[in-house]
Amino acid sequence: MNVQIWTYLFVFLSFSLYIGIAIWSRASSTKEFYVADGGVPPLANGMATAADWMSAASFISMAGLISFLGRDGTFYLMGWTGGYVLLALLLAPYLRKFGKFTVPDFIGDRYYSQSARLIAVFCAIVISFVYVCGQMQGAGIVFSRFLEVRIETGVLIGMAIVFFYAVLGGMKGITYTQVAQYCVLIFAFTVPAVFISLMMTGQPIPQIGFGSELTEAYGGGYLLDRLDGMSEALGFATYTEGQRSTQDVFFITAALMFGTAGLPHVIIRFFTVPNVRDARRSAGYALVFIAILYTTAPAVAAFAKTNLINTVSNAEYTAMPEWFKKWETTKLITFDDKNGDGRIQYVGDPSVNELDVNRDIMVLANPEIAELPDWVIALVVAGALAAALSTAAGLLLVISTSVAHDMMKRSFMPDISDKKELLYARLAIFIAVLVAGYFGMYPPAYVAQVVAFAFGLAAASFFPAIVLGIFWKRMNKEGAIAGMIAGFGFTAAYIIYFRFLNPSIDNAENWLLGISPEGIGTLGTLINTCVAIAVARLTPSPPNEVTEIVERIRLPGE
Amino acid sequence: MSSNSANSYWKSNLKIVASLLLVWFIASFGAGILFVDALDSIRFAGFKLGFWMAQQGSILVFVVLILVYIRLMDKLDARYASDNADEITARSNITQSQKEVNL
Repeated sequence: MNVQIWTYLFVFLSFSLYIGIAIWSRASSTKEFYVADGGVPPLANGMATAADWMSAASFISMAGLISFLGRDGTFYLMGWTGGYVLLALLLAPYLRKFGKFTVPDFIGDRYYSQSARLIAVFCAIVISFVYVCGQMQGAGIVFSRFLEVRIETGVLIGMAIVFFYAVLGGMKGITYTQVAQYCVLIFAFTVPAVFISLMMTGQPIPQIGFGSELTEAYGGGYLLDRLDGMSEALGFATYTEGQRSTQDVFFITAALMFGTAGLPHVIIRFFTVPNVRDARRSAGYALVFIAILYTTAPAVAAFAKTNLINTVSNAEYTAMPEWFKKWETTKLITFDDKNGDGRIQYVGDPSVNELDVNRDIMVLANPEIAELPDWVIALVVAGALAAALSTAAGLLLVISTSVAHDMMKRSFMPDISDKKELLYARLAIFIAVLVAGYFGMYPPAYVAQVVAFAFGLAAASFFPAIVLGIFWKRMNKEGAIAGMIAGFGFTAAYIIYFRFLNPSIDNAENWLLGISPEGIGTLGTLINTCVAIAVARLTPSPPNEVTEIVERIRLPGE
Repeated sequence: MSSNSANSYWKSNLKIVASLLLVWFIASFGAGILFVDALDSIRFAGFKLGFWMAQQGSILVFVVLILVYIRLMDKLDARYASDNADEITARSNITQSQKEVNL
């Protein structure tokens, strides 16, 4: 059996599993469709949250990005895990106690205002769309490289699968497919890591292999010392030292943390458990499950980089293995023999360097670079698809609830029946899948940047509005609305200015306080908070019923 | 429920959250970013300490923080529930004795 057959087999088996679960867990009421009837056990919700959260970016791109960023890549690791501490301590238990379906539900009720609700709907839809396009595109890349179909066909297959179980099962279907997808993706991520760690250091646990000595075959010495040495010798930055300014790393990390805690598709997962106590528990489980991947990823990054340099540096081009040629055909690896010696010069100096490796392929190519068995490579493909599809489904559900529940039911058509609302929810997912599929096939120019956009926006809009709404009784609708508009507006304007209007001046000299567009969400969060507090102080206190809501969500119990 | 015990519940809750967030900040922004270079002068196995905190240690600290939070809040909830239970029994005792008086 070759890689191709293994891949078809694994993808077919995993997809059949997802579809089976979808048929088993059909939703028949809006409560089932939106929050799985509030009956998901915390362990299952922890797994579902982890799969919901770990996207194509976490699975496919992150380790690759870290292997090129070295220590600076830390902001992804800390940002995307540290946010869970905020989520568990500041948001999840209270929002569960509040006990409605969506984030705009909370914003609208807590701030007793339809305008606040609609602003929240707008933010939720923009954030989720931006994010879902990246997932569809990730699925497309995987399909086209490993199943050798066109990217468009790959996206279509992905759309069909997500459509099937999201429309049929809503949150219930999504939750239990996500549990299955978590198992697939974590297995697929850790198995190759264990293999490579064993091979290079003799240590089965990658987190320990990361700090161990290389085996004789790899030249001995500590892995990280060796990687630092090779990087320096070739003119790359030292792997374990930072290149970006401290304040930029600080701000990016904070923006990713606040963004994580403010992302609506993650927050709504905590509405699905039976009670407050379970909400806390499932946040704990979720972080444990996420940490398994997030502590493995930096080890994979270091192994992959070492392996890549060993394989390609100064090697004969004609002697390159098959994976190299295959990725070349997708243009994700490019080689330009500048000095015509037939050898690959892979060095830091751009005028001499002949090899360009796309960051996104490191995890996918890693098992091939390390010459692991075919079935491991196929497993990684199934894992990458699980990661992309599980996140896409969670995001699509947010879009659907925002349209059917927040806009139709709670704003414009309050008398609509439960059956009708459910129909609209399914219709909304259908349209959202089509739009996401379109952007997956014809992605906007900068997908990676656009995803960073989602985090900055979530941080600058939702996070302060929700936290202040819980922890400060005096917070009123005027403050919340002004804060969300100021934070969202500032962050969007800054990112659009540097990333889309003036990419030529997008560098540290022109940035405000040396903060890159990825990190600006932190400043947006601060602006939101300050504006909200100032405006709330100058305007009337919220009515008594609202203060009572706040008092109620602060206490434990049903 | 008495607003007194609700108040003291909320205060204890805030204290727990604040102290855990302090650790959260020190482990991530402190050790992983602000003081990373200073910590790098300490080595263990193949790691520099600052680098390890940034890419491994901080994440482990986050996990421990949430687990500690779950435990502390369970304890606090239990204490609060038993406070309230006392009150409820006290109140029902009163109604009981009132009933007896009425009889």
